[in-house]
Amino acid sequence: MAALAAQFDEHEHLLLASPAVARFVVVKRRALEREGYIRVRAELIGGGLLEFSEFWDMGVEADEVRLPRDLRGLDGLIIPGGESTTIGKLAVTYELIDPMRELAQAKPIWGTCAGAIFLSKETHRPQPLLGLMDIVVERNAFGRQVDSFEIDLDIAALTVEGNGQPRPFHAVFIRAPLIESVGPGVEVLAALPSGRIVAARQGNLLATSFHPELTGDDRFHRFFLKLVGGQ
Amino acid sequence: MEKQFGTVAVKRGLAQKLKGGVIMDVVTPEHAKIAEDAGACAVMALERVPADIRAHGGVARMSDPEVILRIMDAVSVPVMAKCRIGHFVEAQVLEALGVDYIDESEVLTPADEAHHVNKHEFKVPFVCGCRNLGEALRRIGEGAAMIRTKGEAGTGDVVEAVRHARSVLGEIRRLTTMADEELMAYAKEIGAPYELVKETKELGRLPVVNFAAGGLATPADAALMMQLGVDGVFVGSGIFKSGDPARRAKAIVEATTHFRDPNIIAEVSRNLGEPMVGRSVASMPEDELIAGRGW
Repeated sequence: MAALAAQFDEHEHLLLASPAVARFVVVKRRALEREGYIRVRAELIGGGLLEFSEFWDMGVEADEVRLPRDLRGLDGLIIPGGESTTIGKLAVTYELIDPMRELAQAKPIWGTCAGAIFLSKETHRPQPLLGLMDIVVERNAFGRQVDSFEIDLDIAALTVEGNGQPRPFHAVFIRAPLIESVGPGVEVLAALPSGRIVAARQGNLLATSFHPELTGDDRFHRFFLKLVGGQ
Repeated sequence: MEKQFGTVAVKRGLAQKLKGGVIMDVVTPEHAKIAEDAGACAVMALERVPADIRAHGGVARMSDPEVILRIMDAVSVPVMAKCRIGHFVEAQVLEALGVDYIDESEVLTPADEAHHVNKHEFKVPFVCGCRNLGEALRRIGEGAAMIRTKGEAGTGDVVEAVRHARSVLGEIRRLTTMADEELMAYAKEIGAPYELVKETKELGRLPVVNFAAGGLATPADAALMMQLGVDGVFVGSGIFKSGDPARRAKAIVEATTHFRDPNIIAEVSRNLGEPMVGRSVASMPEDELIAGRGW
């Protein structure tokens, strides 16, 4: 907690921006490398800054993005959890869909929960989607809030981020979606003990149906930063 | 590890997902669809909006489960519902119905004049109202996973929501400058659990998400509360007591997202039709005010 407070002091401009919408996050690379880590600058569309505080430890600066002009010159985008219908409607109204699709041609995008839904090509419901990832998603796949849960997952793809130590990733599922099926170009990163898919990657696109931003574990953040760094 | 349900992270986490959004009071499935289509991040299922509860008088209770279930069927966003303060059986009923969040609300007639519900005992998360930091931390101590300012519901007058948000946020700012040895005396003074006072000081904010509620009626009201520093807003009577609910609802959502952009707030505020009529809180007799309910 003390460490968190210290970050607040250091990132006062971030703190001011933080109590806002947790909808879109943009990571912008500063093209500086320090001690093996990429130094990046992050921007957000609508809030979620506080939830992504792990990035600050990695020298990431964060900001918010709500309009197409905020997408200019960035190196990656995070679309965090929220309500996918709300995200979709605002993205349509403020004409973010096409610029985001264009962005995905060159830069990584990571969607958590509602963000993963927004990245998908199909949800069985009429709602605006980016349609970038060849995955079919089932919304609220576990039921209502009382069915939300936490569980440890074994995720082999995070071994490098865990300094070679394979330890479980503690995942929080809140009114979470499932990835029903994936296309041929999509790599499955994580599944529940039942075998149902909860994390996937397609090139520069990353989808997690749980919320790595709500736990203290930064391995998914590092995984995404490697995509941003093109390593 | 087996799946763990109803944990603190899961309860507080849903509120974190709602940040920056608008939660709207709805009384029918049709209202709920209008709210969802307008971009509400959640809806509050009610039999009557607060303005009608005021007009109707009498004892206000938990809504008919039929109303709540029909609204749950109508939308994919989270559905909240209200129980009376201290009425833990109404809360059990709402949990059994499968609502996503329970609002232990002063808008309904309190069932217990000394105690709130022990919210730790539930898997479903709770949101509670507050007027100041002490009240907020007492509710969190009882297990609330989300806090909202009380404001004065059903009036269309934002003044009390502003008063309560300034109170909570101002007290947190002062708390962050206190020496650690002052915290116990301060906890005693505001009637809050010491550990939560300490945690709030270290975080520089409440340990849970904090929304504004009570009297918001316009896009500018919503943006005002956001600029004051809350995480999102509840709008009750302000939408469905106005001339063009669908349009006003959408405008309030957009003003809440773009709360620092006066050009957008101006644009979305054009031609919204009549706002709810409203009553000035300053002109109301003491016994009509409901924010004082809760202990």
